[in-house]
Amino acid sequence: MKRLGNAPLGTFSLKTRTNRVLLLLFLAAVAACMLGPSLGNTMLSPLEVIRAMAGDGEGANEFIVMNSRMPRTLVSILVGAALGVSGALLQGVVRNPLAAPDIIGVTGGASVAAVAFLTYTSGSVSIGWLPGAAVTGALVVASLTYSLAWKKGVTPIRLVLIGIGIAAVMSALTTFMIVVSSKVTASSAYLWLTGSIYGASWEDIFAMLPVVLVLTPAALLLAGSLNAQQFGDDTASGLGVRIQVHRFILLFISVVLAGTAVAAAGAIGFVGLIAPHIARTLIGRTFGPVIAASAFVGGLLLFGADLAARTIFYPVDVPAGVFTAAVGAPFFLFLLYRNRNHF
Amino acid sequence: MTVLQDRKGFVLLLLCTGLLLAFAASLVFGQTPITMEQAAQSFLSYNDDSTEHIVVRSDRLPRAVIASVTGASLAVAGALMQALTRNPLASPSIFGINQGAIFTVVIGVVFFSASSLLSLMGLAFAGAAVAAVIVYFLGSIGRDGLTPVKIVLAGAAISALFQSYTQGILVLDEAGLQDVLFWLAGSVSGRTLEMLLPLLPFIITALAASLLIGRAVNLLVTGDDIAKGMGQHVAALKAFMGVLIVFLAGSSVAVIGAVGFIGLVIPHIARFFAGNDYRWLLPYAALLGAVLLTAADVVARLLIMPQEVPIGVMTAIIGGPFFVFIARKGVSSV
Repeated sequence: MKRLGNAPLGTFSLKTRTNRVLLLLFLAAVAACMLGPSLGNTMLSPLEVIRAMAGDGEGANEFIVMNSRMPRTLVSILVGAALGVSGALLQGVVRNPLAAPDIIGVTGGASVAAVAFLTYTSGSVSIGWLPGAAVTGALVVASLTYSLAWKKGVTPIRLVLIGIGIAAVMSALTTFMIVVSSKVTASSAYLWLTGSIYGASWEDIFAMLPVVLVLTPAALLLAGSLNAQQFGDDTASGLGVRIQVHRFILLFISVVLAGTAVAAAGAIGFVGLIAPHIARTLIGRTFGPVIAASAFVGGLLLFGADLAARTIFYPVDVPAGVFTAAVGAPFFLFLLYRNRNHF
Repeated sequence: MTVLQDRKGFVLLLLCTGLLLAFAASLVFGQTPITMEQAAQSFLSYNDDSTEHIVVRSDRLPRAVIASVTGASLAVAGALMQALTRNPLASPSIFGINQGAIFTVVIGVVFFSASSLLSLMGLAFAGAAVAAVIVYFLGSIGRDGLTPVKIVLAGAAISALFQSYTQGILVLDEAGLQDVLFWLAGSVSGRTLEMLLPLLPFIITALAASLLIGRAVNLLVTGDDIAKGMGQHVAALKAFMGVLIVFLAGSSVAVIGAVGFIGLVIPHIARFFAGNDYRWLLPYAALLGAVLLTAADVVARLLIMPQEVPIGVMTAIIGGPFFVFIARKGVSSV
């Protein structure tokens, strides 16, 4: 499979454009981690941020940095990265530039499970199980969509159409649970549904980090197979790719990443759709680099959205999902326009 | 031919009976059980000491009337959309009309404290029209013209866009959330007849006009070229249908909020009885829509008593699987 990648593992040279772009994206993500905690209503210099993190700063600064801004920054980057990779894998597997976890109902499934968890277990079960519930919901809905779209194979268009139908049912179920729950639960669940990083905590980070750090490299290992799949199933099988198994694993990774992201930040829309497109524009079509770049681009996108969300309308904290959708929906329409001759 | 006509007339009669039954059920069933006799008496000899009479007149009757009128409007709007776009998946909610109308109404309520019924109606119409025009335009660009997939995708994106703006506004203005939440979910409860009355002339005119253009629609669905060849003013007819759709769907959203899938499901059931003959399909759709929404409302209040399932949730839970079914069957033909 290594032959299909563009560089042998273990070497990293700055001679190729791909690697230079990846390095720049990585540096941008690091810069975001530095900037995130310093920007906001009280501006802090990077030095003050570092001192606060070392436990050496003023009490107020330390509180702002360690309890609010740092977790938000890290969670937004991790969630964005998870969504970006999830979208890149999904678009690769179904070979459709319009596929995204939120459009085909995966996010909706995770939301149903999470809202059900919030409303029906309120307090009796540890909140630590929420990610598990969300991931389960995402997996159940994804397999439902996939099997309903199966009719001597799955065509991308049928998958997307059926996903839209399933997504409508999921959103009806979440609305139902919110309407019948108490007033307090209703507004918190509604806020959560829009997708917000407001309540980000270190627990979220520790829950997200292993998932992203394990599954993204796992996806990278299968990038070669994904490249081969783009030529069509027959060609890929001819190249010796075990296509059904790989496709299943890739979809599984994509769904688990999306489910974990929903558990941490609610239903943030359109990041999984846009990030892979920006990544491809920057870096070309080879899947290994595209997956890595989608992670960085997704992280940066959501970081930007959350930064806007907490600063523009200060003191009101607008859910970041509003910003991602405000940018993402027009982008989706643009994609539809650009692909207008292909449907 | 006469046998066929008789059969179609019989179905029409059957549907009228169904509507009467659904209407009666809507008066009788609910949290306060009411007998048929009490319901009849509340109209014949109204007694304002009787709780049952008050419930019938102030709650059950408005619900039944509103559900049947909006159900008919949504179903006819859906049938016209499916004919206009030659797309079996077309319907007001898929076109983003619901979310468009809700967005403009929420803007009006939050920023301009619009509260008069007339201004809310106007806002809902404007939003419905904007969403419908954008989706129609986006769906028709490209080499193959209006394809089902493009329309559905454009509608989904426009819905998501309006929905996120609505959510953003509602998060900024949290106090308003609980008031509009039930309406966002779509509901026929707590509506008074006063909300429907100013719209009723428009709705009735639009419904009547839709029933009258059945023959022209029949010609239109055979294809633009044939219709033009037969001397039909295709563009004028399409524009007229567009206006009817916006009126019917817009006024329904204004009264009951986001109730989806009626406009998708009903025309297919009507097509099962009427074939592709729009002279019969449109009246069937109107009656079936009224029956289904009224019946769904009765079930919605009985399911989890003493609470109620919002009717929009009910219709989505019925309609979503139906949408999946049609998408599986293939979207090539209407």
